[in-house]
Amino acid sequence: MRTGRRNFGAAPFNSTMLRYLLNKIALLIPTLVGITICAFAFVRLLPGDPILAMAGEHGVAPARYEELKHQFGYDLPIWEQYARYVGEVATGDFGVSISSKRPVIEEFKTLFPATLELSFFAMIFAMALGIPAGIFAAVKRGSWFDQSLMGTALVGYSMPIFWWGLLLIIFFSGYLGWTPVNGRIDLQYFFKPITGFMTIDTLIYGKWAAFRSVLRHLVLPTIVLGTIPLAVIARQTRSAMLEVLSEDYVRTARAKGLSSARVIGVHALRNALIPVVTTIGLQVSTLLAGAILTETIFSWPGIGRWMVESISKRDYVVVQSGLLLIALIVMAVNLIVDVLYAVINPRIRAA
Amino acid sequence: MSQTEIAPMAAGNPDRLTGLKTFWHYFSVNRGAVIGLFVFILLVLAALFAPLLAPYAPDVQDKTAFLRPPAWQDGGSTQYLLGTDPVGRDILSRLLYGARFSLLIGAVVVTLALTGGITLGLLAGYFRGWVDVAIMRVMDLILAFPSLLLALVLVTILGPGLFNAMLAIALVLQPHFARLVRAAVMAEKSREYVVAAKVAGAGHLRLMLATILPNCLAPLIVQGTLSFSNAILEAAALGFLGLGAQPPTPEWGTMLATAREFILRAWWVVTFPGLAILITVLAINLVGDGLRDALDPKLRRS
Repeated sequence: MRTGRRNFGAAPFNSTMLRYLLNKIALLIPTLVGITICAFAFVRLLPGDPILAMAGEHGVAPARYEELKHQFGYDLPIWEQYARYVGEVATGDFGVSISSKRPVIEEFKTLFPATLELSFFAMIFAMALGIPAGIFAAVKRGSWFDQSLMGTALVGYSMPIFWWGLLLIIFFSGYLGWTPVNGRIDLQYFFKPITGFMTIDTLIYGKWAAFRSVLRHLVLPTIVLGTIPLAVIARQTRSAMLEVLSEDYVRTARAKGLSSARVIGVHALRNALIPVVTTIGLQVSTLLAGAILTETIFSWPGIGRWMVESISKRDYVVVQSGLLLIALIVMAVNLIVDVLYAVINPRIRAA
Repeated sequence: MSQTEIAPMAAGNPDRLTGLKTFWHYFSVNRGAVIGLFVFILLVLAALFAPLLAPYAPDVQDKTAFLRPPAWQDGGSTQYLLGTDPVGRDILSRLLYGARFSLLIGAVVVTLALTGGITLGLLAGYFRGWVDVAIMRVMDLILAFPSLLLALVLVTILGPGLFNAMLAIALVLQPHFARLVRAAVMAEKSREYVVAAKVAGAGHLRLMLATILPNCLAPLIVQGTLSFSNAILEAAALGFLGLGAQPPTPEWGTMLATAREFILRAWWVVTFPGLAILITVLAINLVGDGLRDALDPKLRRS
């Protein structure tokens, strides 16, 4: 890339893009360090002795206590303890769960696909309904559809989703008996996970009844988790679309005599979607916060419920590493969103 | 107002009055916002006069009336309008007292988050340099965690309870204020009126608090309103997960948590506390939308 001349071409991945990307990654380093400090500090900030806290309610014998203290390095100076912690984490050692005695990373690997699958469906649900509804509301601005949609979106945005989940259970599971109350699949179906995504695994095994059972288990949690993103996406799409529809190039396109569908569908939509992509990216954090509540209500075996249960079981090794892993996921997704944003919106790269 | 006041002062007050009028003009255009404000005032009144309005004390148990359905359903009576919970407490009374907790949570959290956010944002935006870098990196860090997860972890450290939950939520919501204030300060700092005040000899503190801050208020008020409703939601979520207000406190989220096991047997113990949360949060968000339209022309909904 050292041509000595500035490259004004619009190659999709040129040096400007690379510099933008490196810049973004450099900015993440302090956050990354901060996240490890937070996770490191968590166990040490807990009231009482960290070893006793980690040992849980059973406690430890004095001799074993000294042994553990040495084993975990609590007799070292604090900065050495931190260096040791970062070294462990960097090599993929996230400790061993106190309650299940399994390596935390193993537990994470089995539980994370459940959260990912649920989040994926929730996001599809939110986008599939939110984007068309937002477009339609913007095009028919001021109509009864627009007004009722924006009203509904505000209700959705204000929704305490843990209660929303309970209401749906009362109605669909209790009153109508249509959907199961908890879990990912009926207990009668058992098979060895391949990908960890039940929808894919059941299809690989070719078990249609099991696949249907998985879908029936997915419906309510998907709606609950997708509700707030749906409201946010619908609102954001509408306002982005309204802004774009008043731009000069849209007026030009209309003046050229292009059909209304083409103006809205091609010229306006493509530009309106840029802020929507950012919104969708920002929903990842909301989605994980929502997963904590949704998974608790539906006994969904994902990382959200894992965190809540570990807190109540005082399994602080799991809480510490879970906190770290979840923050890393959020960070990675935000980076991907930044890159995507730069790809679809060339103006941002220069900034 | 008295006639003896000096002219600039006298000119100041009518200005403020017309300012309020313009504000109300823009605010009242938004019908939803007016409804939201009305509901919110009702909620404040309900919270203030809960002991007068509630037919029972929130923790009185009637051992002859466990899980009594609401008045309009078979088996219900007007003795308990919204029914009773699993230990025979009147749900309506608990909801009325619960309004106190939710509004208190919102007010305390927003006050804490505002104070912290304004201080940090002012320092970062005014001094820039390493102060700015240090403060904003910490804010980025807080925002790197899903809010509810961070609040959960903080409450685990501080110990469960209403006050600790409020502290945790304030800390989680605070970066939004800091970012907002910082951006506003940076935009205002090089304006002529600030430079003029500086030339006139105003010190750092005066410049920050008396000159710049009042001009950043509009977005802060809007963000404050949204945080108020967010705080209520998050506190209810913490209560629901057993880490917020502890039973038998009639906090709405905590009420939902204890009612959970009865959902398929007694819909009313679950439905009403959640409805109360939804109505409160919705009312405040409606007011927030109206405030944004009225105060912040840049954010005005088209």
